[in-house]
Amino acid sequence: MTDTVVAAPVVGRSLWGDAWARLKANKAAMFSLYYLVFMAVVCVVGPYFVPHQYTTIYADYVRTPPSLSAYPKTEMIETALSDVVKRMRVDLKEWKQEGEQVFMTLASTKPIDERNVRYIDRSDTFDGGKVESKSADGLSMVVSASIKQQYFFFGTDNVGRDQLSRTLMAGRISLAIGLLAGVVAVVIGVVYGATAGFMGGKTDEVMMRIVDVLYSLPFIFFVIMLVVFFGRNFVLMFLAVGAVLWLDMARIVRGQALSIRRQEYVQAAEALGVRSRGIVQRHVIPNLLGPVVIYMTLLVPQVIILESFLSFLGLGVQEPMTSWGVLISVGAKNIGTANWLLLFPAFFLVSTLFALNFIGDGLRDALDPKDR
Amino acid sequence: MFLYVFRRLLTAIPTMFVIVTLAFFLIRVAPGGPFNQERGLSPEIKANLEAQFGLNDPLWLQYVNYLKNLLHGNFGPSYNLPDFTVTELFAKGLPISIQLGASALALALIVGTVLGIVAALNQNKLGDYSVIALATAGSTIPTFVVAPVIQLLFGLTWMLLPIGGWGDGALINKIGPIITLSLPQIAIVARLMRGSMIESLRSNHIRTARALGLSDWSVVVKHALRGAVLPIVSYAGPAAAALLTGSIIVETIFAIPGIGRYFVDAALNRDYTLVMGTVVLIALFTIAFNLIVDVLYAFFDPRVRYD
Repeated sequence: MTDTVVAAPVVGRSLWGDAWARLKANKAAMFSLYYLVFMAVVCVVGPYFVPHQYTTIYADYVRTPPSLSAYPKTEMIETALSDVVKRMRVDLKEWKQEGEQVFMTLASTKPIDERNVRYIDRSDTFDGGKVESKSADGLSMVVSASIKQQYFFFGTDNVGRDQLSRTLMAGRISLAIGLLAGVVAVVIGVVYGATAGFMGGKTDEVMMRIVDVLYSLPFIFFVIMLVVFFGRNFVLMFLAVGAVLWLDMARIVRGQALSIRRQEYVQAAEALGVRSRGIVQRHVIPNLLGPVVIYMTLLVPQVIILESFLSFLGLGVQEPMTSWGVLISVGAKNIGTANWLLLFPAFFLVSTLFALNFIGDGLRDALDPKDR
Repeated sequence: MFLYVFRRLLTAIPTMFVIVTLAFFLIRVAPGGPFNQERGLSPEIKANLEAQFGLNDPLWLQYVNYLKNLLHGNFGPSYNLPDFTVTELFAKGLPISIQLGASALALALIVGTVLGIVAALNQNKLGDYSVIALATAGSTIPTFVVAPVIQLLFGLTWMLLPIGGWGDGALINKIGPIITLSLPQIAIVARLMRGSMIESLRSNHIRTARALGLSDWSVVVKHALRGAVLPIVSYAGPAAAALLTGSIIVETIFAIPGIGRYFVDAALNRDYTLVMGTVVLIALFTIAFNLIVDVLYAFFDPRVRYD
């Protein structure tokens, strides 16, 4: 007998293998899955490849529009030059650009200190300032400097920080928070719901009454209270947010647990003398996993939206740390003058939410074929 | 029927009591108080203020006093907007929030129902897919993205609408907020309608109606729709409660003087009375609309009887 089973060419697919096959057939879900992985990798690894730190302030590049070509643009050089010269407290007589180099003739009523050249290096536009020649009385000199080529693919924000690196950093935070709070909510919800479902009777009654009462309080009130308690420590706060979102999970798991307990195969197992531990491991957990996984994929976008919402209100992640919600909130305030501040983070957030939703729907179809 | 409504109203009392009690003590446990400002008040002034508002009484006494006032319909004075009582603030802001919320809800119910029916009648065809795509977009894109994008497109690029402000309730000022509020609702209503309509169209009495040679219009609108609106009715209750009490995001972005903003501001400023007032208001709306929904249910589905 065993031999035939081993030799059989077709092995029966497990529940999970079956679900996976069905998920693979769902193009939208698979594409979303790849997209999400891509997004996660870009956000985690990306900041190391962007030449700008997300906190670095480029004073010369405040609210620079996004561009695929390098900055500074020709017309920006003059502004930057006059800025530098003002700092050096000298006058700019004339200047010319030769390829990557600029040559400027400086003049002053007092002899110019050569050390002033360091102001050129401090600028975000120029580098390697060097005195080329000096007049005998020291009242004028020719200085050369090379132009620093910089790329701001997503533009820069209100104080001149690179929007690309900020958007990627924000993605890291938003995704991490979504996952963190999601896991917290699932763990609490599953433990609470499963306990209520298994104990049944009075315990179940009391535990579910508590959930009902918590439900009836306005949700946002709760979140704000937590923010008030935990201050602006965002890890703690999102553990707390996760701790608020477990209510649905608890209800779902309790319902499932109750119905699984009454299934005939569980009764059969009990009649055969299987201990509760064995029943839980063999029957209950595998049957609970489906709804839990589905709900988890729907919970993560909820958490990300909630985080963005809180950050939007100024209650979430604090500067200089950033998240998509923070960036969108800044962008919403500057749509008139700098719409790229809104559009890039909004695109990242929305596309991620889309992907998560499609994966959630795909998983539901895959794990719960009755529902289709 | 009246007995049922009466009984429901009676059971609402303990629910309200629990909510008020929980909210009262939760906000009091939070560190800080209404008069802890960044530029601190001198201790004498703060003590006087606290004495005036009865904040020095033992907590249980304050609680009892609050309940007493509440039963008389008195929400108390706002601590941070000292010229106003909470009732006055609501009297000013609530009509605005209700106007926007009600319009958004009406729009969502009409458009969502129509879209849902269109999708159900063209199941797995182009019409269906476009409605599903729209519904997915509507429920996925958060309000705080939609609102600024609407401002950007209609306000700044095409100059069709004002960017924000209430403008004494001019229609043109309401369009942006109403659309923003209704988009996610349209998405949900359309999705619900599609599902229940498909189911309703499959039922026996529809087959009979078709067999009797009734026109498509009559089959769909007179016979299928009535059975299919039930999920929407039950969704509309909580949705109405949430919409009519104002949206923080929409009112903030479009600079609307409704009551949606009070909640967050008040909680952050520990404006105890205003927070409590808002909690009570939201709870009242929720309870009321759930009751209305249950009564409407009997109207749409005569099998539902309350005794």
